[in-house]
Amino acid sequence: MSDLNKAYGPKVGIFITCLVDLLRPSVGFAAVKLLEDAGCQIVVPENQTCCGQPAYNSGVIKDAKDIACLVINEFEKFDYVVAPSGSCAGMIKEHYPRLFADDLEMTARVFRLAKKTYELTSFLADVMNVQDLPTALNAKITYHDSCAGFRELGIKSQPRQLLAQVKGVELKEYDGAETCCGFGGTFCVKYPDISDHMVKESLTLLLETDAELVVGGDLGCLMNIQGKLSRQKDEGKRTKLKVRHVAEVLAGMLDNPAIGEGDLDV
Amino acid sequence: MSSSTSAQFKANVKGALGDNHLQKALRGFQTGFVHNRKIAIKRLQEFDDLRDKARDIKNHTIAHMDAYLDIYQKNVEFSGGRVHWAVDGVEACELILGICHTAGAKTVTKGKTMIGEEIAINDYLTKNKITPIETDLGEYIIQLRGEMPSHIIAPASHVSKDQVSEAFKKAHSDLPKGRSLEEPEELLAEARAMLRDKFISADVGITGANFLIAETGSSVIVTNEGNGDLTQTLPKVHIVLASIEKIVPTLEDTTTLLRVLARSATGQEMSSYTTFSTGPRHATDLDGPAEYHVVILDNGRTDMLAGDFSEMLACIRCGACLNHCPVYNAVGGHAYGWVYPGPMGAVLTPGLMGLDGAFHLPQASTLCGKCEDVCPVRIPLPKLLRQWRSQVYNRDLLDWKTKWGIKYWSILAKRPALYHFVVTPKVRLLAWCAKKSGHLKSIPMLKGWTENRNFPAPEGKTFQRLWRERQK
Repeated sequence: MSDLNKAYGPKVGIFITCLVDLLRPSVGFAAVKLLEDAGCQIVVPENQTCCGQPAYNSGVIKDAKDIACLVINEFEKFDYVVAPSGSCAGMIKEHYPRLFADDLEMTARVFRLAKKTYELTSFLADVMNVQDLPTALNAKITYHDSCAGFRELGIKSQPRQLLAQVKGVELKEYDGAETCCGFGGTFCVKYPDISDHMVKESLTLLLETDAELVVGGDLGCLMNIQGKLSRQKDEGKRTKLKVRHVAEVLAGMLDNPAIGEGDLDV
Repeated sequence: MSSSTSAQFKANVKGALGDNHLQKALRGFQTGFVHNRKIAIKRLQEFDDLRDKARDIKNHTIAHMDAYLDIYQKNVEFSGGRVHWAVDGVEACELILGICHTAGAKTVTKGKTMIGEEIAINDYLTKNKITPIETDLGEYIIQLRGEMPSHIIAPASHVSKDQVSEAFKKAHSDLPKGRSLEEPEELLAEARAMLRDKFISADVGITGANFLIAETGSSVIVTNEGNGDLTQTLPKVHIVLASIEKIVPTLEDTTTLLRVLARSATGQEMSSYTTFSTGPRHATDLDGPAEYHVVILDNGRTDMLAGDFSEMLACIRCGACLNHCPVYNAVGGHAYGWVYPGPMGAVLTPGLMGLDGAFHLPQASTLCGKCEDVCPVRIPLPKLLRQWRSQVYNRDLLDWKTKWGIKYWSILAKRPALYHFVVTPKVRLLAWCAKKSGHLKSIPMLKGWTENRNFPAPEGKTFQRLWRERQK
């Protein structure tokens, strides 16, 4: 993409999400690369933290609203808002309007923001119409549909469409792709026994495929899956399955270790 | 009302996850219903349109419930039956006992009724020297085992074949000890033989109702064993036990709901038996009871109707949300501690029992949304779970660790500068600790996570830090 085109491309505010910000910045850089290559002008607003989902899902409505206001103020000026997470994009798109349903003035702003907010892969596929990714990776890959992206935003075909453009990728579907992995935000620490049972079920199905890499659009789920996989390896399970965010594969940024793998360049 | 262990949810969960019998039963059971539903709805192109219609019917009825209940009562009376209103479980039990006493009843046969479980009618009748006999096979099994149902349409789905055989051998002590009771057919035959005489000798038959039709004053039950029909036609008195939200305006509406009910529940197009009862036996009828009573229970439902949870009253008790729920499938129904388990139970139970004893239930969900996805009347279950969570927080029922964890995070999230200042060094430290392996085996503050899982380490600097460095 030439610099000239970029200057005319839509102005996209990246909502980086707290998990990517804190735990896996490389996903953020992969998202930036993908968006820039697609012709977007990227802005990363400084005043951003979290979408407010932990408070919202814990019933702390006042805090959720305060955090939402921060996001709305900071992001409503862009043509589009893109997050490398179905869960956080879903929060802005589906739940902000509910949070401010009784506030006439905010409602209009919230709906405008909701309308232009997208999860990364759906933005690339549906809005930017990305057809020809230049990346290549020889690997059997399986995709985990995170619940919020899949059920709240209807994201299913978009990441697969994009992965199919990566030369050498062989996509292997697994039976548990649409079943919750047991992450659930605070759920995984509040009810760890149930969460553990659920992620074990997901892993059993994952390991039935011969995929070498499981990717997904939400870091929370991927951390949960990798965390259990890594523990099972400690306990003697033999598998070469690795876990990455889908953006890393699409952007071809695979030099850093996969999620939870060693030799970090700290 | 029947007793509850919902407050000990966490302990119940531990027990359930460690119970090998239960885990085996859950595995086999879940796949059947889920698979069959999938096939059934694939064959019916208009299924999603029907769901919209079903939702609209129920929501319309909820909005005009008083009027429809009134019409219903008039039509029941017109057909020669009687309607009794019960504010709570105690009143419902007393009303039923009164009818039984008037009939001089010693034994009562029962079709499957979740309202019966809710008000613990069996215990009440037994205490008053009337013997209740469950005639639904699943209910019969759990009655013998002295348990609550673990599923709203498959009450004994947690019991293995061997356990049924054991319960039968213990209960049917008159039968030869060495008899073979290994095959499902043998168990079924024995249950049938035991129940046949009871059907004939019972003085009163109690059934539930899937629907109460205002237009005709009829009650509708769906069963797969035909036991409900025998329960309501053979004894001289038939008592229908139902709650207010079973009301449906018309016969036409009922057929729409029936079309989504069985498909969502078991994956059948229709249940084997769908039976409409209107009043007692009429002069031209070949059979039927001499008396027809309907006991209609409120038990907190009008409060739900007036409050934020009225959408829950649209539930038609198909059980699809249980079958598809990964939490229900992990722990089974008993862990929820009361009669209604799974997502529908997690919303309904606090409404009926109060939030204090049931505050765990709406918390114990990942809000994955599968329940809403499969609900035949499109109840927004995750939204309702969140509403309960909000009440849990407002009423200070949350454990202090979770509460302050959320509070702490919110304080940071509202203040970007503070967030960067506080979080950045912590992330660096975690990354440094896990430099070699890339993960942490234990983090004291995150025991819930690291007890069963490793924690994938942060990469080091935060994205925002790295981004600013790059921009310079």
